[in-house]
Amino acid sequence: MKYILLMSGTRAGVEAYHAWPKQDIEAHMAVLHRINQDLTESGEFVATQGLAEPKEAKVVRGEKNGVPVTDGIFPESKEFLLGYWIVDVPNAERAYAIAGRISAASVNMPIEVRQLATHEAKSR
Amino acid sequence: MKYILMMNGKRSDFEGYAKWSKEDLRANVAFMRTFSKELKDSGVFVSTEGLGWPSEAKLVRAGQNGEPITDGVFPESKEFLAGYWIIDVESPEQAYRIAARASKAPGAGGKSANMPIEVRPVLSGHTDLGL
Amino acid sequence: MADHPYDVPFEHLLRELAPQVLGAVARRFRDFSSAEDAVQEAMIAAFTQWPQEGVPENPRGWLIQVACRRMTDQMRSEIARRERETAVATEAENMASLLEIEADMDPDDTLILLFMCCHPALTPSSAIALTLRAVGGLTTAEIANAFLVPEATMAQRISRTKQNIKASGAPFRLPPPHERVGRLPAVLHVLYLIFSEGYASSIGSHLQRFDLAREAIRLTRTTKTLLPDNAEVAALLALMLLTDARRAARTGPDEELIPLDKQDRSLWDRVEITEGIELLTAALAKGSVGLYQLQAAIAAVHDEAERAEDTDWPQILALYELLKRVSPGPMVTLNHAIAAAMVHGPAEGLQLLRALDTDPRLASHYRLDAVRAHLLEQTGDNEAAIKHYRLAAAGTTSIPERIYLMTQAARLAGN
Repeated sequence: MKYILLMSGTRAGVEAYHAWPKQDIEAHMAVLHRINQDLTESGEFVATQGLAEPKEAKVVRGEKNGVPVTDGIFPESKEFLLGYWIVDVPNAERAYAIAGRISAASVNMPIEVRQLATHEAKSR
Repeated sequence: MKYILMMNGKRSDFEGYAKWSKEDLRANVAFMRTFSKELKDSGVFVSTEGLGWPSEAKLVRAGQNGEPITDGVFPESKEFLAGYWIIDVESPEQAYRIAARASKAPGAGGKSANMPIEVRPVLSGHTDLGL
Repeated sequence: MADHPYDVPFEHLLRELAPQVLGAVARRFRDFSSAEDAVQEAMIAAFTQWPQEGVPENPRGWLIQVACRRMTDQMRSEIARRERETAVATEAENMASLLEIEADMDPDDTLILLFMCCHPALTPSSAIALTLRAVGGLTTAEIANAFLVPEATMAQRISRTKQNIKASGAPFRLPPPHERVGRLPAVLHVLYLIFSEGYASSIGSHLQRFDLAREAIRLTRTTKTLLPDNAEVAALLALMLLTDARRAARTGPDEELIPLDKQDRSLWDRVEITEGIELLTAALAKGSVGLYQLQAAIAAVHDEAERAEDTDWPQILALYELLKRVSPGPMVTLNHAIAAAMVHGPAEGLQLLRALDTDPRLASHYRLDAVRAHLLEQTGDNEAAIKHYRLAAAGTTSIPERIYLMTQAARLAGN
């Protein structure tokens, strides 16, 4: 079963992260890299993506005169998706265990776990 | 350049969606199918996923002894990711134009509510979470 | 990615030869894991070279030679690190002629591979992946595509599975006769899982995925050829054919899910149904009434009904009652309740569902809500039916199922 593990943060959180000493940032990257390697080795890795910072984000709501209506985001306190992992595991518990590991590697920030919808149907 | 186009919704939005009429549902499904096909035909499609309902969502933190702590409590105001597309395009403007099309998906009552689509660049190159 | 597995004319031939070649090479070098890698590479070489050079006169011999060359090349580079004397001895030992290898081949080799790859100690996803590659002859990319994971991930899964097999020290031999009977269910289960995965993803043409259902049928046919007197294998093949026969009718023009009672039966594959019923009849004649016989029999009763209203529900109910004894479980209970409702009325079905309310095994309990909703609708309790349809829709991660359930709710809500 495929699960998506979502890592979110706030603008303040991201700015605090940028203020980390360089070696802490590198160490963090190394741990996440290690997790990805382990997941590939265990055959559970499907995908991972990091998203650019919130200030690069836009919200689009339809268009006016053929031009997309865009808006920047957001109130300071709002949470943003920073990145995700998709894993293929036999059950939810395993997804939680992986999320726990990512959380532990990332100052214990909470990781949201959701099952992915599929285009399969097990009916007759 | 890769961009992610995200559909978010509060719990109440999901609950509203669950109550759509058959026709509204069918129109929306048809629109989404055509939209994905257009992305594929024009060679910009990278991936798309739909996510399970928020009622099944869990928040996980590492516990004391390495066991994960999970809970399913989220504030009412929380925006949940409902689904996304990842596209590979020439410019941010192209990404916004595509997002604007997605935004016109027909909703309740058959009308487009100009659903907000969040557009963010995807960090490319290595697979690490590069903040 | 080809829709049809046999788009490339010799692809069919290659797949058939793959397990034979693997058996021969694994037996010669007494190293299943390395042999499997070597045969994979030989297959890829064939895919690349045969379109240009034509299919060789002895295709199996060609594959064996290429695989052997890979094996010895591999060993040479390992040996280069070790003592020279040992190197010479091992090389001489292993440079066997093609004729010798072919003489050693055993028609049971594919069966040995099946038992090996479907060992009960392996996890289902491991067994499925390895079986598809080693016995099915699929490439890693094809298997990865079928399961929507990256190729590197699938390669790793298979690699680890082979490491586990190697660590267990299993020899390249059939399990002893007294063990074989006990080991066969694991093999059939893996084949069944491959079929289920393939059939579940046959909804619409949304994703061009490898046709696993057809592959499962092919592998099961092969197994049946190797075990011609086995009733369970025949019954499994019957079940697959009787289910696969309905494939074209499951999806509507908008790629929506169409339930059994609403399907256009003229789209059902009569040839598959006929073969399925023949196989089932022969299997039942052997006297045993196992899990696959019962499931196939239920599928046959459905498939034999010209219209939904002609379905022999009392017969299906009786079969589910047997199934409850042979292989009890929440899904069987659910389906039994549906059948009971068709025979004795929805209230009876709802009563039976209550037994499941406290069953912790009902992990995908959205199904319970879905069935309950369906039965509540039949009793006329629309409000409760809508509630349960919506609960089910929120609980499923299958998009076609979600849309279907929401549509039912919307229909009842008068929208």
